[in-house]
Amino acid sequence: MNTTARAGRTAALLLSPTFLVLALVVGYPLLAALRESLHRSGDELDESGFIVSGDRFVGLDNYADAVGAARFWTAFANTTVFTLVTVAIEVVLGTAMAVVMHRAMRGRGLVRASILVPWAIPTAVSGLLWRWIFQADGVANTLLGTDLLWTSDGWPAKIAVIVADSWKTAPFVGLLVLAGLQLIPNDVYEAARLDGASAWQQFRRVTLPLVKPALLVAVLFRLLDALRMFDLPFVLVGPQKGAVETLSMLAWNEANQVRYGPAAAYSVILFLYVVVIAFVFVKLLGADLLGERRARRRSEVSA
Amino acid sequence: MKRALTTVLAVSALLAAGCGGGGSSNTATGDANGRGPIAFATLKDGTGTVPKLVETWNAAHPDETVRIVDLPEGADGQRQQLIQQAQTQSDSYDVITIDLPWTAEFAARRWVTELPKDQFDVDGYFAAPVKGSEYRDKLYAIPHFTGAGMLYYRKDLLDKAGVAVPKTWAELKEACAKVLALPEAAGASCYAGQFDKYEGLAINFAEAVGSAGGEVTDQAGNPKLNTPEAKAGLDLLVNSFHDGTIPAEAITYKEEEGRRAFQQGKLIFHRNWAYIYALMNASDGSSQVPGKFGVTVLPGVNGPGVSMLGGNNLAVSAFSKKQATARDFIKYLTSAETQRTHAKGSAYPMTRPVIYQDPELQAQYPYLQVLEQAINTARPRPELVRYGDASSVIQEQVYAALSGQTSTEQALATMQQKLTEIAQGT
Amino acid sequence: MTALVRRWAPYLGVALIVCYCLAPFYWMVVSSFRRTSDIFDKSPLPSPWSLENYQAVFGGNNAFGQSLVNSLVVAGTTTVLTVLLGTLAGFALARLTFRFKNLVLSLVIATSMFPGISLIVPLLKLFTDIGWVNTYHSMIVPNMSFALPLAVWNLTTFFRQLPFELEEAARVDGCTPWQAFRKVILPIAVPGVFTTAIIVFVTSWNEFIIALSMVNQPETQTATVRISQFGGVSGFDSPFGTQMAAGVVVTVPLVIAVLLFQRRIVAGLTSGGLK
Repeated sequence: MNTTARAGRTAALLLSPTFLVLALVVGYPLLAALRESLHRSGDELDESGFIVSGDRFVGLDNYADAVGAARFWTAFANTTVFTLVTVAIEVVLGTAMAVVMHRAMRGRGLVRASILVPWAIPTAVSGLLWRWIFQADGVANTLLGTDLLWTSDGWPAKIAVIVADSWKTAPFVGLLVLAGLQLIPNDVYEAARLDGASAWQQFRRVTLPLVKPALLVAVLFRLLDALRMFDLPFVLVGPQKGAVETLSMLAWNEANQVRYGPAAAYSVILFLYVVVIAFVFVKLLGADLLGERRARRRSEVSA
Repeated sequence: MKRALTTVLAVSALLAAGCGGGGSSNTATGDANGRGPIAFATLKDGTGTVPKLVETWNAAHPDETVRIVDLPEGADGQRQQLIQQAQTQSDSYDVITIDLPWTAEFAARRWVTELPKDQFDVDGYFAAPVKGSEYRDKLYAIPHFTGAGMLYYRKDLLDKAGVAVPKTWAELKEACAKVLALPEAAGASCYAGQFDKYEGLAINFAEAVGSAGGEVTDQAGNPKLNTPEAKAGLDLLVNSFHDGTIPAEAITYKEEEGRRAFQQGKLIFHRNWAYIYALMNASDGSSQVPGKFGVTVLPGVNGPGVSMLGGNNLAVSAFSKKQATARDFIKYLTSAETQRTHAKGSAYPMTRPVIYQDPELQAQYPYLQVLEQAINTARPRPELVRYGDASSVIQEQVYAALSGQTSTEQALATMQQKLTEIAQGT
Repeated sequence: MTALVRRWAPYLGVALIVCYCLAPFYWMVVSSFRRTSDIFDKSPLPSPWSLENYQAVFGGNNAFGQSLVNSLVVAGTTTVLTVLLGTLAGFALARLTFRFKNLVLSLVIATSMFPGISLIVPLLKLFTDIGWVNTYHSMIVPNMSFALPLAVWNLTTFFRQLPFELEEAARVDGCTPWQAFRKVILPIAVPGVFTTAIIVFVTSWNEFIIALSMVNQPETQTATVRISQFGGVSGFDSPFGTQMAAGVVVTVPLVIAVLLFQRRIVAGLTSGGLK
């Protein structure tokens, strides 16, 4: 009991700087946004044509208006589809990249460098680059022999966003998985090989379970990021296009028309949606995400 | 994990409920008569002419020097940056550059100060841009650059086909029929403007309606889209997409995509601003049409059409503590003398007619007289506080009509209804 | 036949991955070496080659060199602080037994669930009030909002995977938990810490919207903000080639830096006690 109390104090000490920073840069704006979302600033004009200033409390009106709009549900669907598809692609690609990076073979340096390139390019610049590639007379159409209008408001725009996003963020997954791979001692593979396991069996039975914690963290953070996707569709295809508009873009759009109340409402809704997805993810896949059970069992054993 | 998340939410909700206050009060804290060094927020000038003009000013005003602050490229980034500064009532910017259609909104929100008309030489500018800088008959900005759409045409091909430069849409289509029959015009399309879903689409639509003799809204922003003229305007664009007069990929065109198509010889006619003239005349091999094109005013239904006005305004931030210096600097930057120097260094269209009469500049920019004519007949965009919303409605409906998702009647009816709501402030 | 496939399949995989990653970047590099006037070209190599865009990036009054230094300062400081705080928090969460642990972890991750663009306006108001605008820390502290949760989670997972027996052994030798962490756990955890550092560094290096909003003086602006301000000669023509050149300038040092880091990771692995 005494040790637990001391551990608790140590933990509080170690965690407080993190919480201080997060409270300032996230906690405070989050509360400000929650408050904002219950208010609406006036857009009526007074007699001389000035906007009547001051916020008024509107309860949940901003939320009701938001979920009542067809545009919201389109954005909701886009956000969901982009997240599911890009994260799935990124997991497969990222894991493949990690395995390749981990393997000691010739040209490994080149592989590592090239895998990092997409991720290291600033998002805005890569958005411009992909817009360029997906122009009506751009390289994509030339190479594919098609004449699709990738940046117009239609299904090709969705594909363009998915391709560009997977390209850019798969390396992130790759790096995290690589770190997990590097923790696996070589003798584990030796043992598997001695047991006559094929490469695929080694991967499935040995590698995958051991990198699972790292992979799950990577996927979790990719989920959070993808759900808030903003700049890529914005730069690549453009604002106010139903085919690619995400919830973040909706929030941006409202803020850009100086309607901070509705903008905050969209942000809070998105926040709640992310919370739900994260929760479901942890429940479904990540029961062991924190290694809590294993850790507890071990400490019991050692005690 | 589940319980933990629930707790997070409950705590957040409680905190939010108990966290009131902090609302912004919109009292301007600027100083109308202050003087001193100021910051000029503007878009970066690739030719470097504006920095030189600022240096000249700084040399003459050592106590009131001007520092240039670059705004992000593109209207969205520029607007976001300006709104954020206003929202925090920051005095980081003294003179700001705003898009012409934002003037009413910035004035109504008290983000920019009124400018005394008697202090500014308002008669020395084109009338339409000055009108566009007013809100409720008071002046809030000074036109810095202006612009009007013009019709570029392939002079070489028109000559070869023996057709005259068209003044109406019917003539334009006839000309195309003849020109496209030429072997030199193989693979080309007749016409394109800007039809991607952005501000340019609202402008191209307004020009189509204007050229058919109608108007999208009156100056106060009340829509006039339930008219035969409005239908004729939208039908013109929709039908042109249908029959291939406008190529399908033009639905992705902004200014630069259109210029590229024209200078690669893919278009016979093209609506664009003045800036493309010099670029398309470049003889370094980048353009395939140098010396092969001409420029004229936009076509209409029964004679010359109407252009919408583009351009940038200079305004004084209401949060500036050195507004007297800011006003003086705006006067300097838009004076006839400065504009003449400016015009020599960069192709931005200036806002004073006297510049367009300068023989030297006419030689430098051969399109100057056509441009002057276009500006003289151009319409400012409506004086709407919620211009951004109005433009979104127009973009949404016109884009849907052009891509065949809705009929022109339906699109016009929806616009009429929504724009009425916006104009009435509901 | 199968042997042949087994021998060459990995190389085929490598080739595919390299192509996939580098093809768009190749196009970026090629575009950056074209003249502004032939930027529309689609030939696989620029003709003629031109350094015009690179001159434009560093020339004039862009102050691009200064902005690279600013980016380095901001991303570097963010990384050091984040990894430091994240390591402390990660250690506590992974290795100490205390109540509300899951609540703490949930709170940490919940902070990275709020859309970043909605954090800006309240923060800008706050920073204006306390006079932080136009400073490095007005960028560094908000950058930690997205970097810290990731660092804490990643490091927690990482520390947890290390065998508990190590600490037990250390404790038997008379180490306090903190000493055990510092002398036994941390050295083995080097790859995890470096990976976290790389990720934090790259994300902060590429951060745009916070840097754009918090700073409006050229002397403190970061490279990504500078790139967004490159102007054309007319207001409509975006200087695409210059932006691509700037993108290359910003990307290449990053990749080199990361590769150097990676060598350290491998070194850390072999010197660790895991084998």
